Amino acid sequence: MVRTDQAERQPSHTKLVRRLVLIAIGMFGFGFAMWPLYNVFCDLTGLGGRGVKVVENAGELEVSDRQIKIRFDATVNSALPWVFQPKEKAMVVSLGEMSEALYLAMNVADEPLTGRATYNVTPPEASLYFVKTECFCFTEQVLLANESREMPVYYFIQPDLPEHIKEITLSYTFYLDDNTSSVAQASSSDQ
Amino acid sequence: MSIESTHSHDNDAHPAAPGDHHDHKPTGFFNRWLFTTNHKDIGTLYLVFALIMFFIGGGMAMVIRAELFMPGLQLVEPDFFNQMTTMHALVMVFGAVMPAWVGFANWMIPLMIGAPDMALPRMNNWSFWILPFAFTMLLSTLFMDSGGPAAGWTLYPPLSLQGGQSFAFVVFAIHMMGISSIMGSINVIATILNMRAPGMTLLRMPLFVWTWLITAYLLIAVMPVLAGAVTMLLTDHFFGTSFFNAAGGGDPVMFQHIFWFFGHPEVYIMILPAFGVVSEIIPTFARKPLFGYAAMVFATASIAFLSFIVWAHHMFTVGMPLMGELFFMYATMLIAVPTGVKVFNWVSTMWKGSMTFETPMLFAIGFVVLFTIGGLSGLMLAIASVDLQYHDTYFVVAHFHYVLVPGAVFALMAGTYYWLPKWTGHMYSETWGKIHFWVSTISVNILFFPQHYLGLAGMPRRIPDYSTQFADFNMISSIGGFIFGASQLIFVGVIVHCVYKSRKAAQGLVWEGGKGLEWTLSSPPPYHSFNTPPLIDPTTISHPEEAH
Ligand code: HEM
Ligand SMILES: [Cu+2]
Repeated sequence: MVRTDQAERQPSHTKLVRRLVLIAIGMFGFGFAMWPLYNVFCDLTGLGGRGVKVVENAGELEVSDRQIKIRFDATVNSALPWVFQPKEKAMVVSLGEMSEALYLAMNVADEPLTGRATYNVTPPEASLYFVKTECFCFTEQVLLANESREMPVYYFIQPDLPEHIKEITLSYTFYLDDNTSSVAQASSSDQ
Repeated sequence: MSIESTHSHDNDAHPAAPGDHHDHKPTGFFNRWLFTTNHKDIGTLYLVFALIMFFIGGGMAMVIRAELFMPGLQLVEPDFFNQMTTMHALVMVFGAVMPAWVGFANWMIPLMIGAPDMALPRMNNWSFWILPFAFTMLLSTLFMDSGGPAAGWTLYPPLSLQGGQSFAFVVFAIHMMGISSIMGSINVIATILNMRAPGMTLLRMPLFVWTWLITAYLLIAVMPVLAGAVTMLLTDHFFGTSFFNAAGGGDPVMFQHIFWFFGHPEVYIMILPAFGVVSEIIPTFARKPLFGYAAMVFATASIAFLSFIVWAHHMFTVGMPLMGELFFMYATMLIAVPTGVKVFNWVSTMWKGSMTFETPMLFAIGFVVLFTIGGLSGLMLAIASVDLQYHDTYFVVAHFHYVLVPGAVFALMAGTYYWLPKWTGHMYSETWGKIHFWVSTISVNILFFPQHYLGLAGMPRRIPDYSTQFADFNMISSIGGFIFGASQLIFVGVIVHCVYKSRKAAQGLVWEGGKGLEWTLSSPPPYHSFNTPPLIDPTTISHPEEAH
């Protein structure tokens, strides 16, 4: 601890001030570091349901005889005039079995629009055992005016899925992907 | 008073100390106030600024309570109502309570530790003069085309990003407030660590100094985090980044984590100095030393530490994993332990004391009772499973107003009455001070107590209209609000009278039971005090025994 005595009544504050300024700058950086840390943390723990793994080639799969129900959910952000829904609301799959789910999207506007989908898995812990090989959410999707399209997802569930998970929900949300006009869009949509 | 004469004698005995010894104030209004580096002047500037902001923020609160007087939309547009709730909070938190505490720190810390001034006087001038600019900028957004911020003081995206161009002004105003607070905190820490008079060891420091030391560290740790969060909002809004934009791969919930990592320590930034002031006042008027000085210091430090690990109790409803809910629930409840230690210490200090009830003591006792009510509703909110019902209702509004208004603001008033005679050299009107206390205390309860019931019954916060079953309690609450607002005019009246009109001179030792170096000086203290370090006399300081 810093002790004062008569001799150093007017001590130099430089060292202390420099240290405090560094803490402040460090904490400013910490705020931004939250961005990568948050994502790493979510990927590692599966929190937020985004621990899904993506592989190009599933290789040989060991199919177990345990079966589980997968539910499919779809949402569209209000800024995107699309209709979007799963073809089937749920299916039962065996663990380790490569499966395909189909979603259906339709652009009901009179202009071509680009959409981008985000996803998550519930319960979040299950996302760590969820593997996708192909998904419409990996790239942006363009639909012409009034065009509709089937969008597939290829996935499997790892056989080591914990026993207590009985059901998994895969959920997608489509957003308008238009960086340049999203500000205008947002401010005009709330009038 | 003999204490004063010994002191001036003491000053004369060390003529060799460096610096200007004359008690000259700079001449001319601008010279004096614009360029001042004197801790007393800067303290006064902060306090006057905070009082003005208290009335601007209070005016907005009156608009809110007037609109909520009856169900239906009567007075203002919903969007303007939202601007009022947002601005009210921003102005009160960053413009009134925080600068008021910095004002107290400036005035009192050098006097309490026997330092001639703050450590970095020029920077001190800067920290203050940034604020009027920041708030002019913030308030000016109300007159812009796209209006002021309207998404709540928590600025959650995506809503906060849907406003117009004026958002940039809000962000820059917050940056400036942050810089001001950080500079102020650096000054406080440097002053306390480097400039204590010999013999004023850390464990002899008055509690107000201790609580401010810890508050200053909290400020340095979290104001930059807020600055980072609003910077990310700014780039998301104007430069197409996607920190919080789900469409671009960002996550709006991440904003809430970053915001509350700042936000929860922030509420302790507003209340720790209040704990300090109350811990000064109660021993004075109970004429007993503070019960458990060391316990108070450690309780303050542990509250500060815990405040960093409880932030997600504001986010129980975002869909956290069960373990997260449990962790944040128990960590939050843990804070009630050191807080309880404090409350018991204040009560034990009063126990069997020779108490008198001058205005500062009344406000301090009001603080202890009413702040505790706010702490208890906080505990209810900390129960994750029931917070799902209480969250975003008027119950939360009642909770934080109990801890902030009869909590932080009452402590500010207690401190003002306590040290006003020291600052000005005049006694304020005790009669009007007491009237102010009673009107404020009764009306603040009429104002906020019914809001607990409104919240439990399900009335959401931040909405200009409500369904008719909430009508009666809202009307009662609004009436309380108008009385509380009006009673603050008494406060201003007492201060103005004390400064300009009061003929009753204050002694150096204003309060018979007062302990501490500030009371060894004349009232008002000389413009430059403690140019030579005072001798620490164990009978005049509050905690002489704790040094071993
Ligand atoms: C025993 C101590 C305390 C506990 C357990 C506690 C707990 C909580 C909880 C759980 C919430 C979130 C409620 C919700 O949004 O659903 C909350 C909100 C709040 N608390 Fe406390 N609190 C305590 C003390 C304080 C103090 C001392 C202050 C300030 C001086 C404070 C200021 C606030 C504010 C401003 C909010 C609302 C923020 C907002 O949503 O705008 N609390 N408190
Ligand atoms: Cu909190």
